[in-house]
Amino acid sequence: MEKILMKGNEALAEAAIRAGCQCFFGYPITPQSELPAYLAREMPKRGGVFLQAESEVAAINMVYGAAGAGARVMTSSSSPGISLKQEGISYLCGAELPCVIVNIMRGGPGLGDIQPAQSDYYQATRGGGHGDYRTIVLAPSSVQELVDLVYDAFDLADLYRNPVMILGDGILGQMMEPVVFKERPKRELPPKDWATTGMKNRKQNVINSLYLDPVKLEEHNWKLYRKYKEIEEKEVRYEMINCDDADYFVVAYGIAARIALSAIEMARERGIKVGLIRPITLWPYPAKAFEEVISRAKAFLTVELSLGQMVDDVKLSVNGRAPVYFYGRPGGMVFTAEEILKEIEKMRGVA
Amino acid sequence: MKLVFERPKSLQETKTHYCPGCGHGVIHRLVAEVMDELNIREKTIGVAPVGCSVLAYNYFNCDMQQAAHGRAPAVATGIKRVLPENIVFAYQGDGDLAAIGTAEIIHAAARGENITVIFVNNAIYGMTGGQMAPTTLLGQKTETSPYGRNAQSAGYPIRVCEMLSTLDGVSYLARAQVTDVKNILRAKSYIKKAFETQINKKGFSLVEILSPCPTNWGMSPSNAIFWVKNEMTKVFPPGIYKDWEEER
Repeated sequence: MEKILMKGNEALAEAAIRAGCQCFFGYPITPQSELPAYLAREMPKRGGVFLQAESEVAAINMVYGAAGAGARVMTSSSSPGISLKQEGISYLCGAELPCVIVNIMRGGPGLGDIQPAQSDYYQATRGGGHGDYRTIVLAPSSVQELVDLVYDAFDLADLYRNPVMILGDGILGQMMEPVVFKERPKRELPPKDWATTGMKNRKQNVINSLYLDPVKLEEHNWKLYRKYKEIEEKEVRYEMINCDDADYFVVAYGIAARIALSAIEMARERGIKVGLIRPITLWPYPAKAFEEVISRAKAFLTVELSLGQMVDDVKLSVNGRAPVYFYGRPGGMVFTAEEILKEIEKMRGVA
Repeated sequence: MKLVFERPKSLQETKTHYCPGCGHGVIHRLVAEVMDELNIREKTIGVAPVGCSVLAYNYFNCDMQQAAHGRAPAVATGIKRVLPENIVFAYQGDGDLAAIGTAEIIHAAARGENITVIFVNNAIYGMTGGQMAPTTLLGQKTETSPYGRNAQSAGYPIRVCEMLSTLDGVSYLARAQVTDVKNILRAKSYIKKAFETQINKKGFSLVEILSPCPTNWGMSPSNAIFWVKNEMTKVFPPGIYKDWEEER
């Protein structure tokens, strides 16, 4: 199969079209601009819809309408824009509408900067909007994985009638790597018989998140809960590298995992038996990865491009059975492998 | 016996939750009659707003989506772009359309989005108990303008038809009042024309309807009708503001 050198943002856009994305609605923001530009060029040629909305708020609500009409639909943005979409994401979850939301994270809070960051982990995994809801969150760490996860994102969204977020960062969006767009067998998915397409020869379909009767709303919430439990059981993904003989572990996702891997190789050259746990789904969180190693784990080091957010999930997974350390750089600053190596050595010294 | 009056097919058989004297019931019926007459019910998707008419999906007998507050034109845009051969309408109140949703309505209009918007202007927030709306008249007393709307602190009412008429994307724009038989029939003819605008793929259409809210105005239903006729129409003059057929 042909390998093509592509920027992360453009590869993501191409993968979306190949995954059957029919509509894209978005609003300009750095550092994801290549993605809408690619789709603005390609969608009209390939029978899709590209529309630049008046705001992030409008864009996510266009996603709601299009998803409710049964289309495969995507929006993309970066941190401040994703904040604006939170109301819509809450409604999408409430109405159980499938869609793909891309967040190419940059530094915050507020307007922050346009450099790569991982400081939207809480927002992505805890639900930045109101109400009891979950979105599936996928965190690729290479352009190839980004491409592969785009197909999965659309399938998972349709399978569970739930928004799926692809959580990348400015480096992943901007860097060029060779990618292969693999032909994949179509996954068996439930029919969208709930979509509003005009009620010819059937009863009325309504897309809605309003349940004025609290008895009904509680039922709806429990129904969502059962769905989230099923996702937690079936859809957890993670990668474990150099973990077989390790007694120290670095935990990192996305681009931070790439840097951590270099640090781990350097540490191994120094005789430290350290492995990498790389969550691919941030929700559902791969707690079971920790169970595989907890009996021999001396300590865990979480590294993130933030002040420490995923480290909470690491602590919940480890549940007091081993020390959990954290190292991070916020604000769009990216740590080097040497910095992480120093932290690995510190961990070994203490634990 | 000869049947002389019945429920339009485009309305469901259900009890109303609207207050006595409210205009929504009449306006729902007008939209439903138009859907029946144009034979579009089975390919229509309506968008319900947040506000008193949030439950519109319980009344209209067609596919419906319920939108977040003010976002109905964006939701309608999403539907229409996926299903360009279907008919899509948004039903919005004044708080929804002219306050929290101003960006969405202006840009749907500017794009010439081929949708129809039914805009119900009763100069007040009804669902939340009678707060000042963007269309509340100067001097009008509400829960949040208890001494009467004061221009110095609360500004002026927004005239949606006048504002949107400046946009090239708009093809049909009219304002009516549901106050008496003549005006109700006129409102219906405007609504019909708005849907025909969409059927003919002429672009964005909107009908604003001045409508009574006796409960939150603290008036009897008949006095509320008079208030629409005598006070609201002074600020919001009824008529056709834009018509693609006239312009040719």
